[in-house]
Amino acid sequence: MSSSDASAHGGGHGDAHGGNPHLAHHFDSMATQNHASRLGMWLFLGTEVLLFAGLFLGYSVYRHFYHEAFRAASHHLSLTLGTINTVVLITSSFTVAMAYYSVKKGNSKAAAGLLTFTILCAVAFLCIKGVEYNEKFQEGALPGKWFHFHEMQGYPGANMFYTVYFLTTGLHAFHVIVGMAVLIWVLRRTIRGDFDKNYYIPVELGGLYWHLVDLVWIFLFPLLYLI
Amino acid sequence: MSQPVASAIPAPTAAPVYQEINYLNADRGVASWLKTLDHKRIGVMYFASVLMTFLLGGIFAMIVRFELTTPEPTFIGANTYNRMFTLHGMVMVFLFMIPAIPGVFGNFCLPLMLGAKDVAFPRLNLMSLYVYWIGSAIVLTGVITGGADSGWTFYAPYSTSTPMTLFPVLLGVFVLGFSSILTGLNFIVTVHTLRAPGITWMKMPLFVWAIYATSIIQVLATPVIGLTTLLVGIEKVGGFGFFDPGRGGDPVLMQHLFWFYSHPAVYIMVLPAMGVMSEIVAAFARKNIFGYKMIAYSSLGIAFVGFFAWGHHMFVSGQSSFDGGGFAVISMLVGVFTAIKVFNWVGTLYRGAILVTAPFIYLCGFLFFIVFGGMTGIALATISPDVHWHDTYFVVAHFHFIMVGAVIMAFLAAIHYWFPKMFGKTYNEGWAMVAAAFIVLGFNATFIPQFLAGNAGMPRRYYMYPERFTGLNVASTMGSTLLAFGFVMILIYLIFALLRGRIAGENPWHSKGYEWRTSSPPIKENFAETLEYPEEPHTYREPGEEPEHVII
Repeated sequence: MSSSDASAHGGGHGDAHGGNPHLAHHFDSMATQNHASRLGMWLFLGTEVLLFAGLFLGYSVYRHFYHEAFRAASHHLSLTLGTINTVVLITSSFTVAMAYYSVKKGNSKAAAGLLTFTILCAVAFLCIKGVEYNEKFQEGALPGKWFHFHEMQGYPGANMFYTVYFLTTGLHAFHVIVGMAVLIWVLRRTIRGDFDKNYYIPVELGGLYWHLVDLVWIFLFPLLYLI
Repeated sequence: MSQPVASAIPAPTAAPVYQEINYLNADRGVASWLKTLDHKRIGVMYFASVLMTFLLGGIFAMIVRFELTTPEPTFIGANTYNRMFTLHGMVMVFLFMIPAIPGVFGNFCLPLMLGAKDVAFPRLNLMSLYVYWIGSAIVLTGVITGGADSGWTFYAPYSTSTPMTLFPVLLGVFVLGFSSILTGLNFIVTVHTLRAPGITWMKMPLFVWAIYATSIIQVLATPVIGLTTLLVGIEKVGGFGFFDPGRGGDPVLMQHLFWFYSHPAVYIMVLPAMGVMSEIVAAFARKNIFGYKMIAYSSLGIAFVGFFAWGHHMFVSGQSSFDGGGFAVISMLVGVFTAIKVFNWVGTLYRGAILVTAPFIYLCGFLFFIVFGGMTGIALATISPDVHWHDTYFVVAHFHFIMVGAVIMAFLAAIHYWFPKMFGKTYNEGWAMVAAAFIVLGFNATFIPQFLAGNAGMPRRYYMYPERFTGLNVASTMGSTLLAFGFVMILIYLIFALLRGRIAGENPWHSKGYEWRTSSPPIKENFAETLEYPEEPHTYREPGEEPEHVII
């Protein structure tokens, strides 16, 4: 979706726009092209919301079915680790927004630093999530047929809580990894000096994606840990 | 009729021109096709691909039909039969009908209709084709190695407990979803950003409106089927119990998630078909489209209410009768929007100077299937009759009329209508009309007996049936043979047209559509110069003027 990709298209028509290497041949101006890129990204984020919506629906249904079990199992999650992870992700959302601001102001160096910090936050998030997962594996608090968590035996449907827990956080963790890959790509281009105050769309779109990853967690955290 | 009359537009005196250097031969070699970013070439590659998947789905259908000629086992075993109808459904829905019109004609025509040089994201467009190929390859590999016998609906818990390895097929459907999303996303952004100066929203061709509405559904609904296949796949392989009643899961939740996509998916298939017909009805009635705005808005209306009608597939799944009633009423709203379109198409035909050609015959077939299929749809959306008809051949016949019939008619009409633009050659109109008649008659002969069998109580997907249904089943199989014969005929004369056809010229139909305002086949950059768009795309005459017959 990036303009550098699009500019490869067009063959002999690349110089139709006075040699702007970022402008693809089928757009009349950078403004239109940026509008297209943003619209495309927002639509893509819409598809992501719908993807998670199915799991949130599943959560609501099973919470309704197994109210007691969900409440009890929820208390078995580590609130401390969950809270730390929430803080880590919100911080990373702030730094990625700052990176976008810096690039727009023409300060690529600061942007590179902020993006690096964001990526480190993502790594930290995954590590903490790994610790939590490990704990669950030890306890046998696992989905479906793998479930053998003795403390929750009195609650029918507790296995379903862990099914929902692993599906939602697993899908979210996968998005964290994809988001990291996107940010690493953006970072590499930032260090290479591809961006300046006239051309910063990939930073903006990468940042938008990262915000979505953050936002999904903002919903998951209260649903799984707090209520 | 197309007889010359006094006021007819004369056939052009200058010989039609074939554009020697065009998008097909501007770059040469297989690699130039595989690496192309040209929307027209991508459309042509989609064309070749969906023809193959259509052939495959058709073969599966014929196997099912021939098995059903006798009430007892005929020539395949029960398990093979289950696999065959599953594959027929999966291939036809996910590999053929979903990508057919948007992938082929959306790609080819949409930028031309907007006066654009390409779609907004050409690389994503090529990627969607590759993803489509990969997804199809996974589905077909799954078919050969593991097989699937759950029906295309892969309802849990049967799909998660069948001994067949359903996983590759589910994975393939998941991957195909990405292709669909990328296509839809690309078209929405293209419509928003790449309309040529002068083409306002209310001057967009109606095909573009239909594709736009389709794309909204593709973008919003497809992620949910992706998640559903993912969950069923995880359940099958990992035993997570999400839909397994034995572990506290709810199989009805699976049905909700499945139909939340798969009902709107019906409109992913049928809205582009309606768009094609909106173009064809004006071009072959030689009249301005009647009720342009109503046709455009009703596409959006169908896309919108289509999202809230899914529960009509689940009247007997333990849904409350209040929910059922709500879903029934919303389903009927779809009928209202469809009827608006039908009235407008018929209004366009009224007192037109009709040009009887193969596309026009398909238009007539389309109108019949959409009205008759639509009426049976209203009947099925009513809860009490549905309880009687549920899971019978009546439902099979209904959705083959409304969904398959409409899509096949429009797909064939679109092939004939845009063939001269795509390849610069004309096909033989006489043979085409004969084949069109076979197709329309064959389709009726296949599915009208199924309506009758279903109403008499024959359940769908059964391997054996009571003696008394033999006659209707044999009739249906004979109809499907006629249908297959028609398709083979079309294939033969189109290949002949491609090799030996007469040169079509820029606009053999004298159509006012914007896509005709370039050479045939179009040049690589679509238009040699920037065009003005003073007229609307369906304007054939001034107010008060009689329509003029045209000679082709």
